Formats: sequence, structure tokens, C-alpha cells
Amino acid sequence: MANIDTEHEIAMPPVKPGPLPAVRRENGRWAGYWHLLIAGFRGLMREPEVVFWVFIFPILLALGLGLAFPNRPVGSSRVAIVSGSGAQRALDLLKPSSAKGLVRAEVLSAQDAWNRFRLGKYDLVVTPHADRSFEYRYDPARNESLLARAAVEDAMQTAAGRKDPLSTSAHVSSEPGARYIDFLIPGLLGMNLMASGLWGIGYALVEMRQRKLLKRYAATPMRRGDFLFALASGRLLLALLQLLLLLGFGVLAFHMRILGSWISIFLIGTLGAFSFGALGLLTASRAQKAESVSGIINVVMMPMWIMSGVFFSYEHFPAVMQPFIKALPLTAFNDALRAIVLEGASLAAQQVRLLILCLWGGLSFFLAVRWFRWT
Amino acid sequence: MNLAIRCRNLRKTYDDRVEALRGLDLEIRVGECFGLLGPNGAGKTTTIEILEGLLAPTSGEVEVLGRTWDTHSRELREMLGISLQETRLNEKLTVRETLELFASFYRYPRPPLQVMEEMALTEKSDAWVEKLSGGQRQRLAVATALVADPQILFLDEPTTGLDPQSRRQLWEIVRQFQRRGGTVLLTTHYMDEAERLCDRIAIVDHGVMIASGTPAELIEKLGGHRMVEFTTAGGEFAADSWSSLPGVEAVHQGNGTVVLSVRRLHETVPALLAALESRGSDLLHLTTRDASLEDVFVRLTGRRLRED
Repeated sequence: MANIDTEHEIAMPPVKPGPLPAVRRENGRWAGYWHLLIAGFRGLMREPEVVFWVFIFPILLALGLGLAFPNRPVGSSRVAIVSGSGAQRALDLLKPSSAKGLVRAEVLSAQDAWNRFRLGKYDLVVTPHADRSFEYRYDPARNESLLARAAVEDAMQTAAGRKDPLSTSAHVSSEPGARYIDFLIPGLLGMNLMASGLWGIGYALVEMRQRKLLKRYAATPMRRGDFLFALASGRLLLALLQLLLLLGFGVLAFHMRILGSWISIFLIGTLGAFSFGALGLLTASRAQKAESVSGIINVVMMPMWIMSGVFFSYEHFPAVMQPFIKALPLTAFNDALRAIVLEGASLAAQQVRLLILCLWGGLSFFLAVRWFRWT
Repeated sequence: MNLAIRCRNLRKTYDDRVEALRGLDLEIRVGECFGLLGPNGAGKTTTIEILEGLLAPTSGEVEVLGRTWDTHSRELREMLGISLQETRLNEKLTVRETLELFASFYRYPRPPLQVMEEMALTEKSDAWVEKLSGGQRQRLAVATALVADPQILFLDEPTTGLDPQSRRQLWEIVRQFQRRGGTVLLTTHYMDEAERLCDRIAIVDHGVMIASGTPAELIEKLGGHRMVEFTTAGGEFAADSWSSLPGVEAVHQGNGTVVLSVRRLHETVPALLAALESRGSDLLHLTTRDASLEDVFVRLTGRRLRED
């Protein structure tokens, strides 16, 4: 560049460009953090889908599953009686039980009875024989079928005049705490925290990177730590809100009983939110495209969805898999939360599970901070 | 003379293979509007992002306002206003919220309301970003740079894809900033933009600077100030059959059109007409015009700046 004087000096220009504004504004140390936090909340609340998935969907899921699997009083067994000469006699024998609502019996042709039993519409098929005996057809692999056989056998023998040699009496006990909904709600909460950590932090960050918004922020004097801290604390507040909402719904709609202390519940919620948030940060540390990170998120979430005991107990899985399942962060969270909510356990008793959560969170956070890219 | 930006022998190699910059020197003075001009892929964005401290050079020195990114990055960030190529700001925030957010990152920002007024965004103050037109978005992007109350404004392709009116609006904003003593570095592949807006220009191609100076100087270097363009029916002739005409400094042929850069029209045009007459070829089209930066670029690289 020949046309520039080579004996220049590099210096600050003496005047700052621009007229001085009438009132000079000076930002304090935390101005950026607060604005980021508030902007994050505004962005979230203005996205109707987010409000739905975060707040409404889990409640609907709890409501749906709670209603679909109520604790049906045992004994309303569905029984098909094959039509024929003995059918009416079977119905008569079952009448006292039917009146109590323990058995629901209907007469059908042999073909229909068999088909519907096969499809699970009936738990038991009773076939009267010419010699006045009855034949049961049941499926020993189905609990309802076993129960129906026992109930019908008992009802018919008693109605036919059987005298029991032993006198017994029974007490009905259906306590909150042991029902499916009690098991389900903490699981849903764990699943929800996992999803909002991975999608709300992981996906959101990659999307911002793809839009070059992260790069734009990095081009300002914004403190990068403040940015991540604002994102994390925003999500934490949201997580605690979700926790309050779901447990509150359980208490109000299903008379769920919270045995543990709320402080322990909030602490474990915070730890869970941190752990899954860090996992989200890790998934987002490098990916450039929203499509690729959504694949990663699904791969991370799928095993935990299935194995961590959200909808059903993981005890059903083979014994060799148990140590692996118990090492998953969602399993640790669900188990610890259930122990506190349903059994009233103390936090101290959950130290192994808390340690697992801390390890997942801490390790993910450490790696994420090392690998994180702003551009 | 005070320099706002100086870089020496800047090199950037991506993944050990792609050489985006191959030794670039720049000196940008305080208070000027400097344009980096070049086709897509020339290395303009790489250069500007290195100067903005967003990208580390493979080698070379960078000084901005007398400071380096290694030692004074935080201080520098307070003094620069940056508009990246195609940033999509948060769609669900309003114009005002967006500016308040960016203002909060700086220790001494300009009042967002004032910037909004200046950028003609006041009436869109409460509109969500997703509702803005292309020109309004671009003005907002520049506004997020201006709330910094910067000493240097970096604009990477600020008018790409904008309609003529929005482009002019942005040019006016740049001039306004400059009038208050600010320094501007912008990249563009629009020649007319560079010619009208920039005090000095560097033409970049394949990662090196191939020419620099004021627009007038660059055109002067071309040799001729005037261009003669013509088309004949008789097909193309060898370039030297035109370069021998009186006053012709350079010849460029393409798509059947011959472009001569000449010193004096009244010498060349009659001679050209006579030459065509003697060869018996029909003249289909003839225009003369002032030389532009586009001609400079074509002359230097043999290619047009934008193939469109």
C-alpha cells in the first residue's frame, strides 16, 4: 500500500465518535446476565409449543395414564360362558358374585367366546359339559386370567353349597402410595427434566449456533460464562416450576401423598436439572446443525426412556442389565425422587444415587466447557 | 497518521488444506470508510472475522486501535460494533428488547431509544423480529452494532439482498456514523456501493490483495478513464487488432462484446469506425461510458465480479 505514509503511529483517536448522550448510561456487572435471563424467558413464553411440551403435555400424560390404569377393584373379571344346556345354571351360580360386581358374565357361542378370549376381551371361558361339570379355559401368563379362574371357581363352589373348614375374614385396603399413578408421577417428572435439559439447552444452543446468534453474542463484550449461567438458571427455574406443577397435580387430582420433605424434593430436582442440563450442553458443544443434534438427543434419551423406570419398573429387565440401568442418570433420579416422595426417605439415604447424578452432571459439564464452540 | 486497523501478512488455512488468506496487508485510517471488495470466496469474510477477533489467523499480525486480540480482547470488544453476515436474531423478541439486550453487554452503551430513532426503527419498536422485512432486519443488525457506541463499525455485506431503497438507507447510516468521527470497515461485492461509500478500497481475490487505493486512483491505474463497448455481426477478431488502434490502453473480449479502455474518445472512436468499415463488418451496438471499479476488477482478474 504505497499511498500510505509509512511513518504513522498507531494510537487511540482523541475523540470518541458520536455526540455524548444527555444521560450517560453505565451498566453494572450483572446487567448482561439479567437481560439474558429475561430475554430467555420471554422467548420461551412466546413459543406456544414450548409451553405445551413443558407444562401441559406431562399433565395430560399423567391424567391419561392415571385414568387408563386406575386401580380397578380386583374381581370384576370378565367371563364368557359357552351357550348350551348348562349355561343358565352357570349364570345362576355366579349371580351373587355378579351382584357384588366381582364377576361380569355373558353367554356366547363357543366360537365367539374363544375368539374374544384370545383378543383379551374376556379373562376366562367357562364351558358347561353334559355331565353337569364345568371346564375352565384360562391363560396362566395373564394375571387377570388367573384371578378370574380363582374368583369364578370360588364363587361357583360357594354358591353350590361348599362349606369352608376355616373361618377367615378380610379388610379392604387401597392406600395412596402404592398405586400406579403414584409410581408414574415421579417418573414423568424425571422424564420431563431430562427432555427439557436436552432439548431446552442442547437443541436451543445448536439452533443459536446455526443462526450465528452465538457468534454475534461472542462478538460483544458479553461474558460468556454469564450467557451459559443465564441459560442454566432459567432452565432451573422452569424445572422447579414443572416439579411443583406435576406433584401439585398428583396431590390435587389423584390424592397423591408426598411423604418426604419439600426441601429434599427441590434439592433433588435442582440436581437433576443441573445434571440433564449439563448433558444437554455436552450434546450441543460441537454440532453445527439442528438436525444432527436432534439425532444425538434421541440416541441419548431413548435408552433412558425405556430402561430408567419411567412408565414401568426396570426390575423387569434381565439381571445382567441391572448395573448398567442403575448407572443411568434418569434411573438414579427417578429412584431417588420416588424414595423421597413415596417412602419419605431422607436425602442422606440416597447418597449413591446423588453421586451418580453429580458424576454425570460434573463430567458432562467439564467436557462441554472444554469442547464448546461459539462459532 | 492514526491507524484504526493494521494487519500484516495475514494468512488463514482451514483444515490444513483450504488457503483462504495468503498474506494480506491492510492499513485502515481512523475516520475513513474502507471497503473490502471481491467476489464470493475471495477471503473477505475471513479477513473481517479475524479483525473482529472471532477467528484466529494461522499467521500474521493484527492491531486494532493499537491493541492486539491476545492481550486486550475485552477492551477491544467494548470499542467495536459488529454486524455479521446473515445473523438471525431471536425471532420472538421485539426490536426494542433486542437492542436493550445488546446494550446491556456494554459498559457504556448508547441509549437504545436514540439508536432506534436514528435507524428509523421507532415505529417497529414493539414488533417481533420475525415480523420485520429484510431491510428492517438489516437495519436492526446494524443497530445492535451501534448501541455499542463503537469507534469502529464492521459491516459484512450489509446490503446483500436488499432492495435499492433499503440499500440507500443503509449507506446514509454509514455516512452519518462516519460524520461523527467513526471508522467503518465493510465488505461488499457491489461495485457501485464501494464506489459511492468508501474513501478507500482494497480489492481482494483468492486470498490476496490485488489493488488498493481510492476509487478514483484505482480507475486512474486502469490507464484509460473511458470505456468503449461494441458488438459486431462479423464474429470475433483477435484482441491485437483492436489494441493497435490509437489511444487504446487495454482490450477485453467476452460474449461477443469487445470492451476497450481508452484515453480519449475522440481519437479512438473515429479510428474504430474506420477500421470496422475497412473490414466490412456491421456494427450492431456501440456505447461509451466512464470506467468503473467493475472494469478495474475485470482488468485485474479477467473475470467479472458477479456472474449474473
